[in-house]
Amino acid sequence: MTEPLVRPKRKNPLRRTQQPLSPQGVRSRTAHGLTAAAAEGRFALQVCLDCNAVIYPPRDACPSCLSPRLPFRDVDRGGTLLAETTVQTSTDPYFRERTPWRVGTVKLDAGPVVVAHLHGDTIEGGRVRLEFKLDKSGSAVAIALPAKDTENMADDPHLREMTCDPKFRRVLITDGRNAVGQAMAKAFSDAGASIVFVGLADAWKPFPGLDALCKIERVEIVPLDVTDTESVTEQAEQNGARVDIIVNTAEHVRSGGVVDRHGLTVAREEMDIRYLGLLRLAQAFGPVLRSRGADGVNSAAAFVNLISVHALMNWPAYGSHSATEAACLSAAQCMRAELRPGGIKVLNVFFGPLETEWFQAVPPPKVAPAALASAVVRALKQGVEDAFVGDVAEDVRQRLAVNPKALEREMTG
Amino acid sequence: MTQDAKYDDRMASATTRKSYDGVVACLPVTIPYRRYSTNSAHWWLGRALRELVTRAGLRPADLDGFAVSSFTVGPDTAVGLTQHFGLSPRWLDHIPFGGASGIVALRRAARAVQAGDAEIVACVAADTNHVDSFRKTLSTFSRFAQDAVYPYGSGGANASFALITKNYMNGCGARREDFAKLCIAQRDNALSIPHALMKKKLTLDEYMSARPIADPIHLFDCVMPCAGAEALLVCREDTAKSLNLPFVRILSTVERHNAFPADPIQVRGGWALDVDELWSMAGLKPADVDFVETYDDYPVIVMMQLEDLGFCKKGEGPDFVRSHSFTNNGTFPHNTSGGQLSVGQAGAAGGSLGLVEAMRQLTAQPLGTPVPDAKTCLVSGFGMINYDRGLSSCAAILARAA
Repeated sequence: MTEPLVRPKRKNPLRRTQQPLSPQGVRSRTAHGLTAAAAEGRFALQVCLDCNAVIYPPRDACPSCLSPRLPFRDVDRGGTLLAETTVQTSTDPYFRERTPWRVGTVKLDAGPVVVAHLHGDTIEGGRVRLEFKLDKSGSAVAIALPAKDTENMADDPHLREMTCDPKFRRVLITDGRNAVGQAMAKAFSDAGASIVFVGLADAWKPFPGLDALCKIERVEIVPLDVTDTESVTEQAEQNGARVDIIVNTAEHVRSGGVVDRHGLTVAREEMDIRYLGLLRLAQAFGPVLRSRGADGVNSAAAFVNLISVHALMNWPAYGSHSATEAACLSAAQCMRAELRPGGIKVLNVFFGPLETEWFQAVPPPKVAPAALASAVVRALKQGVEDAFVGDVAEDVRQRLAVNPKALEREMTG
Repeated sequence: MTQDAKYDDRMASATTRKSYDGVVACLPVTIPYRRYSTNSAHWWLGRALRELVTRAGLRPADLDGFAVSSFTVGPDTAVGLTQHFGLSPRWLDHIPFGGASGIVALRRAARAVQAGDAEIVACVAADTNHVDSFRKTLSTFSRFAQDAVYPYGSGGANASFALITKNYMNGCGARREDFAKLCIAQRDNALSIPHALMKKKLTLDEYMSARPIADPIHLFDCVMPCAGAEALLVCREDTAKSLNLPFVRILSTVERHNAFPADPIQVRGGWALDVDELWSMAGLKPADVDFVETYDDYPVIVMMQLEDLGFCKKGEGPDFVRSHSFTNNGTFPHNTSGGQLSVGQAGAAGGSLGLVEAMRQLTAQPLGTPVPDAKTCLVSGFGMINYDRGLSSCAAILARAA
C-alpha cells in the first residue's frame, strides 16, 4: 500500500534547489494521438477502421491488414501485468535521480501489449488499469494503476510526477472578490493545499462573501491587483517562491458584440483584466514557477487558466468578451511552451456561462462556481491539460470536432 | 486460423533450398576492442578492410562485393563508404541488423557469390563507442523505442531484457544460478583471449552479489558496450584455394524477423520456426555439432537459443544448463572466445563475433583455447529490440573444409 505523503518541512534556504529535468519528450507525429488523449484524461489507442484491430505502439499502417485508417478511439483500459522490473541504472539524467523506477509489461484485454510505468500498488500477475498521463516533458506515457483504488494511491511518487495534486502544495487564487475565486479557495483548502493565498485588490472595499472566505482553513489574504504591474510584481517578490499552483480567477464578463457595442472602454477593460492581467502574472510568476518544477513534494506544478469555452468559438451575445478569451487561450498555448522546461503544466479549464450575475439573462444550463472549482481540483489531481466543465462547454467541444462551420453559423441562435 | 498456424502452414509448403556448395567463408578478422574510442566507425571499418586485403594479398579494387553493418556510421550509408574507402564494388549491401547482421551478411554474400554477381565479398561489421554515443543510440534506436520504450525509465536494453528474463524465470523455473553458470563458463573461455575486455575470472559469489541493473538483471548479465570490428571474406572455394586461405563450408542458414508477434511477451525467437529446416539442410542433428556460438546479449537469450535450436525442449533450458559444462573442453563448448559478455559488445560487430570465432576454431587458428577436434559448429544471431522484444533471429551451421 502507498505510504501517505508526509507534509514537507520548511525548506532549508542553504540547500540548492534541484533543477527540473525532463524525460525524453520526443514522439512521432502519430504518437501524439496519445498526447491528445492524455491531455483530456482519455484512454485512447488506434483502432483499425477496416479490421477493428487495436494497435500499440502507434503506427501508420495496421499490422493485421495494412489499412492506413487508424484513428485514436477510447478503448477498454483493463489488463494484466505480465512482468515487472525495477530500473536501477538509467542512461537518462531525469530517471537517474529518480531510480529505483518500476516499469512492466501489461497485456491489455483490448489486445496490445504496453510497456508502462507502474504504480506502487500494482502486483506482478495482477489486474491493472492503464491510463495515459502527460509526464514532465508534456508527452503522453502509460501508467498502470491497481484495478481498484487503494488508500493514498494519489501519493505514489511515480504517479505524482505526472499529476499536479494540490495536497501539501501552496496555491495562489488571484482574485477572491468574485464567487469563482471564493469557491476555488474552499475547494483547494478541502483538497489539502497547505496554504491558499487569495489575492484581493483594494481590500478595504467590502464585498459579499468576505467573512466566509476568511474563515476557510489555511486561507491567507494577500494584496494583488492583476491590472497593476507593480502590485503583481510585488506579490511575486513576496510569495512567488512559495507558490506551487496559480489559479487565475480574475474575470470581467460583459455582454455585447463587436459591431453593436459602442466605443472601446469595455473592451479595454476586458483586455486589461483578462489578457494583460494574464501576461503580468505570467511574467512575474512564470520564471520562478519554472525554476521550481523539481523542488520536492511541494514542487511548483501548474498554472490554471479559467477560459470561457467561447474562446474556441465566438458567442456573438458576448462577442467582445469571447475575443478576449481567445487572446487568453493563445497566450496560454505560448505559456505551455515556455513553462514546459520546468515541467509546469498549464491547465486550461473551459466552461460555459456561469451561475453568476453577469450571465443573469442567459438560460440554463449554467455552471455553478463550486462545480467549476471542484472540476479544477479534479483536473489537477488527474494531471490533464485541458478540461471542459458543464454541458455547454462539452456541447461546444463536440460540435467543434464535427463541424466548426455549422457551430459558427449556429452560435447566433 | 491463428497467426502461428499460418506460419506453420507456410513452412510446410516451403520449397527445398539450394545448397551453398562451392561457396566458402575465410579470413576471420577482429580489430581488438576498446571500451571507448575517439575514432569514428569509419576508422574501425577501414582498419578491418585493410586487414582483410593485406592478409589475403589483394588490392582493395579486388573486393567486388561489400556488405557493411554499423549503427554509428551515420550519416553515411554503404554507398558513401565505397567512396570513403576507394572501393568500386558491383555488389553492395548495408545490413544494420545488430546481432543478426553477421549471419545475414554471410548468407546474402554467399548467394551473390554463388550466382556470380560478385567474386569476393568483404563482410565488415564495426561500431565506435564515444563517451555519450550509447545513450544517444538508445534514445533514437527505433520509432517504437522513441515513442513507447525510452520514456519509461530509460533503462535501455537492460530493462527490456529484464522483463523478458523475469517472465522466463516465472514460467520455467530458471534461477539466477543457472544464468551464472553460462556467464562464468564464458568468462573462463575469455581468459585466453588477448583482446577480451573482461579477463578477470568470475566467481558465482561475484555474479550473485553484483549490483542490480534492472531486476532480475544484474551487472554480469550485461554486455559492455565498446568499439571494435569483425570481418571476413566470402568467395568461391577455388578462389580461397588460389589465395591460399583456410576456409569453412556453409552447410545451412536460416533468418527470420518478427516471428510469433502474438506472443504477449517474448518466450522464443524465430529459430523455433526455422529449426527443422536448419538441421535438415545441413544433414545434421543437434548432437552432431562440436561447439555452439550463441548470441549472448543476455543469458536468458542464450537459454532460449538452446531450446529453440533443438538442443533441448522448450522450457528445459535450465535443466540443460544444469547438466552440461560450457567451457571449451566441457561437454557443450559454448561461446568459445567468451562471447560479448566477456569480450565486449562492439555494436553491430557483436553480430559477427561468434561467426568469426567459429571460423577460427574450424580452421584451427583459435586465438585462445582450442575446442578439441572441432569439425562442425552452429552459430546463431539475434537482434533489434525494436519495441518489447528482439525481432531478428538467424543461424548458420558451418563445417571444417576437410
